[in-house]
Amino acid sequence: MDTDQQQVAFDALIASDGRVEPRDWMPEGYRKTLIRQIAQHAHSEIIGMQPEGNWITRAPSLRRKAILLAKVQDEAGHGLYLYSAAETLGMSREEMLDLLHAGRQRYSSIFNYPTPTWADVAAIGWLVDGAAITNQVPLTRCSYGPYARAMIRICKEESFHQRQGFESQLQLSNGTPEQHAMAQDAIDRWWWPSLMMFGPPDDDSPNSAQSTAWGIKRFSNDELRQRFVDICVPQAQTLGLTLPDPDLCWNAERGHYDYGVIDWTEFQQVLKGNGPCNRQRIATRRQAHSDGAWVREAAAAYAAKKQAAGATVPVAA
Amino acid sequence: MTSPVSEQPGAAPANADVAAYAIRLGDDALILSHRLSEWTAHAPQIEEDLALANIALDLLGQARTLLAYGGAFSGRSEDDLAYLREERQFTNLQLTEIENGDFAVTMIRQLLFSCYQHELYRDLESSTDAQLAAIAAKAVKEVSYHVEHASTWVLRLGDGTELSHDRTQAALDAVWPYSHELFVDDELVRRMADSGVGPLPSVLRPAWLGAVQDVLTEATLVLPDDDWQPSGGRNGLHTEGFGYLLAEMQHLHRSHPGAQW
Repeated sequence: MDTDQQQVAFDALIASDGRVEPRDWMPEGYRKTLIRQIAQHAHSEIIGMQPEGNWITRAPSLRRKAILLAKVQDEAGHGLYLYSAAETLGMSREEMLDLLHAGRQRYSSIFNYPTPTWADVAAIGWLVDGAAITNQVPLTRCSYGPYARAMIRICKEESFHQRQGFESQLQLSNGTPEQHAMAQDAIDRWWWPSLMMFGPPDDDSPNSAQSTAWGIKRFSNDELRQRFVDICVPQAQTLGLTLPDPDLCWNAERGHYDYGVIDWTEFQQVLKGNGPCNRQRIATRRQAHSDGAWVREAAAAYAAKKQAAGATVPVAA
Repeated sequence: MTSPVSEQPGAAPANADVAAYAIRLGDDALILSHRLSEWTAHAPQIEEDLALANIALDLLGQARTLLAYGGAFSGRSEDDLAYLREERQFTNLQLTEIENGDFAVTMIRQLLFSCYQHELYRDLESSTDAQLAAIAAKAVKEVSYHVEHASTWVLRLGDGTELSHDRTQAALDAVWPYSHELFVDDELVRRMADSGVGPLPSVLRPAWLGAVQDVLTEATLVLPDDDWQPSGGRNGLHTEGFGYLLAEMQHLHRSHPGAQW
């Protein structure tokens, strides 16, 4: 088949809601878009370990410590899973990590906010994981097979994390006055950045139309954001916490909650690298990578020695 | 998906000795778990972020059942024991508390400790104390994996590059002295051995040394001299870095007395 015929076959597959697999022909733009998106997703899992990992050694009960450790472990697993999905498109994990460290691939800007209190761990679970799930559930139907399948498993674990976050938040809210205040303070700081996780408004989202046409994106940024707000309002009521938006109110006509104006200047600033933790997150990531270089080199040298000797070597794990 | 273990131990220990014995084993697991969890997001590769968190989680699970069981004798919960004791009241081995150092120090420490824990738990599976026997039977499977993981890394590091070899030999030289404390017999373990609850630690050393030596030799590492033999952990005497570990671990819990989390 020549390229035109391949393009026709690809378009027909997308139109019939089929799945594109790694060996299938695909337009370069489709491949690049997916690599960018999946790598960003993988990087977010890896960078996301930092703000929560910040509290593992200080968790206030052994039960919470175990839950948090298990969660952060899941995130490392999600990262590995997603890097593998991206690798099926022809870019190695090493290359993606180099691009992350060089600031040429992104991660979710939400992880550039700090976690100064224990309640931030709960807020991340409830709001950040909640927003992530809202974004990711439609991706289980994404046109690229390996990504869609990765998302099915990841969404299951994320929804578990979200429930744990909600439960932790509920415990804090119903706890001592100090715990309640801690929970409210965390919500005050995480609510608006969570809404920004859905990306710029639809009229300012240049890549959305193409991604939608390719069956990568199923709903618009604003649709998903609205869905998230509608889910969160009753949950906040159950929690006994106040979402920090005076304009939040039910709109019977629309059948949705109206919400206030998002500060997109802040979003743009964080995206540009000027959030509270951008530099710290990348510096920590780079440091871990460079500190570990001799370890990875040792593993490679050992594997090469054993291979030369004709032995099978267990894969680094 | 690893789910946290139950806080309910089922039964209280028969006497104060068994309680103290369970608590010292629980302290070992708790403190080493803490050190391993410090690696999160700092490991040499993502597989190791995952593996070290996984081992930390296994150890934390063991710590919780052991502390809950030991504490039940005196009406203290796992959290009472973890968060409300002072440094001199912790009875973990110093090996479990020494700082992570580089990845070689962490892996050598893990090899020495996991091989010890493996011998110990295998013996405890036939303890006359049914609760300890049950805890050991579950934990020994986890520890087999920890031994395998640490062994694999010590081989790669010891027999990898010249740099990794030198770093790993230096790690072994630095950590080895703390291994002697694992096998010290004190009054409590003698009583435990007499009543069939647990083994004399000294009895575990030959098998431990055999296992450890096999790995170190294949890794082209040289066993250090048995000169300096620091100890005191079982009597609540710890290295200077331990107070900082407790300060970090206990601060939030202690800032909110009586709060539920």
